[in-house]
Amino acid sequence: MGEGVGRAGGGDVNGLLEGLQWLVDPANWSGVDGIPARVWEHVQLSVIALVIATLIAVPIGLWIGHTRRGQFWTVQFANVGRSIPSLAVLSIMFLIAVKEFPSLAFGFLPTIVALTLLGIPVILINTYVGIQQVDPDTVEAARGMGMNGRQVLATLEVPMAMPLIMTGLRLAAVQIVATAGLAALIAGGGLGRYIVDGFALRENDRIVAGAILVAVLSLLTDLAFSLLAKVTSPKLSSEPGKVPA
Amino acid sequence: MSVTLVIATTFLAQQDTEPLIRWIWISDHVDEIVSRGLQHVYLTIVTVVIGFLIAFPAAVYASRHRWAVSPITSISGVLYTIPAFAFIFLLLPITGLSLTTVVIPLIAYSLLILFRNTLAGLDSVEPEVKEAAVGMGLSRRQLLWRVEVPLAMPVIIAGLRIATVSSIALITIAALIGRGGFGQFILDGLNTFFWTPLIVGVVLSVALAFAADLLLLGLQRLATPWAKASGVRAVAT
Repeated sequence: MGEGVGRAGGGDVNGLLEGLQWLVDPANWSGVDGIPARVWEHVQLSVIALVIATLIAVPIGLWIGHTRRGQFWTVQFANVGRSIPSLAVLSIMFLIAVKEFPSLAFGFLPTIVALTLLGIPVILINTYVGIQQVDPDTVEAARGMGMNGRQVLATLEVPMAMPLIMTGLRLAAVQIVATAGLAALIAGGGLGRYIVDGFALRENDRIVAGAILVAVLSLLTDLAFSLLAKVTSPKLSSEPGKVPA
Repeated sequence: MSVTLVIATTFLAQQDTEPLIRWIWISDHVDEIVSRGLQHVYLTIVTVVIGFLIAFPAAVYASRHRWAVSPITSISGVLYTIPAFAFIFLLLPITGLSLTTVVIPLIAYSLLILFRNTLAGLDSVEPEVKEAAVGMGLSRRQLLWRVEVPLAMPVIIAGLRIATVSSIALITIAALIGRGGFGQFILDGLNTFFWTPLIVGVVLSVALAFAADLLLLGLQRLATPWAKASGVRAVAT
């Protein structure tokens, strides 16, 4: 079954079919290593990390966008964030955990911390750009109407920035779900288990099934956040210009 | 897991005396650092060049036929969203441990970035400018190469920079099948609980991303001396 694994050149489309067969085999749908359990682990890891990253990055992004302080460093931070490999963040967190908190190193902790760190830059930069792009004249008008900073932020800037904030959340969510697949490398759970175990056991069908599941979960995450973005966008007579981050 | 635990405890015992960086390890591995670096650079160039060769004509087409924007964005969006490492393992039974297995997912990831930025660049050219050029008797081909592409260049290169930096970071994942450039050091460090290769892998990978970014920025300044680099905003996705 696993002969295809080490073969350079390949050409074996049957490998994909074996993966699909593995996916529909009822034996793989129960127990601690069953598909529902692994999906649940994967979702838990991702949701916890995304929530923490959002709670950290959105308020900071709002503050920077609103006060226009630290803009240069925010952009630099986002650029550096893009250049650091996910694999590296995960590995560093694991080695730190093994050394400093050995009892927690083999649980959820290093993965959650790594995923959270990976989610922060893209949420931060999109939140900041979303607030910063709000028309200064409109902000001025709101202040002229007697709104204080907090009111301007809550009733004008945040709704106007919502599409970009949601873009940030979507990108972070997809990246977190993808990287959660690597948690299996540091003895964590999730769908990456099938890929890592399949590779170690030379079981092609398990690898392919794991890869399909990770890909599908990522696409569903992207889809879910796209729909959420539509729901949360303010209904404006004129669409705000797409300002990329 | 239990095997990992045993290894962990073994290495844990050495951790207290282990410095963060063993410089002797670096001088012992110069050859390997160079060959991994070359692999990393090679994979980056192949990815970005092929990605651009696909995305550029698609963007030119879409800028003239607007109906094509939405389907191309959707398809490249799906390719962008599929995690590279999952994609690599999907291809494994078909293309084996070859470089193709690594390069296809990386190109797939870069397409959306390159397409959207090239299109945004072409769209940023003022219609009046294009009309003036056509009025002066330029053909469509001349309009593209002499007016639109030069004016779109800052945004196109901004997209190339994002695609390049992202690809350099992403390539490390391919270490899982032994083709990850500097990523191999990161994985080695992780598997042996040894900080030195891990740090060397991260630092070199990030340094390569910065160097490539600066190189492309310099290229843009040379190619478009009239444009202010600071005014360029790229489309991340």
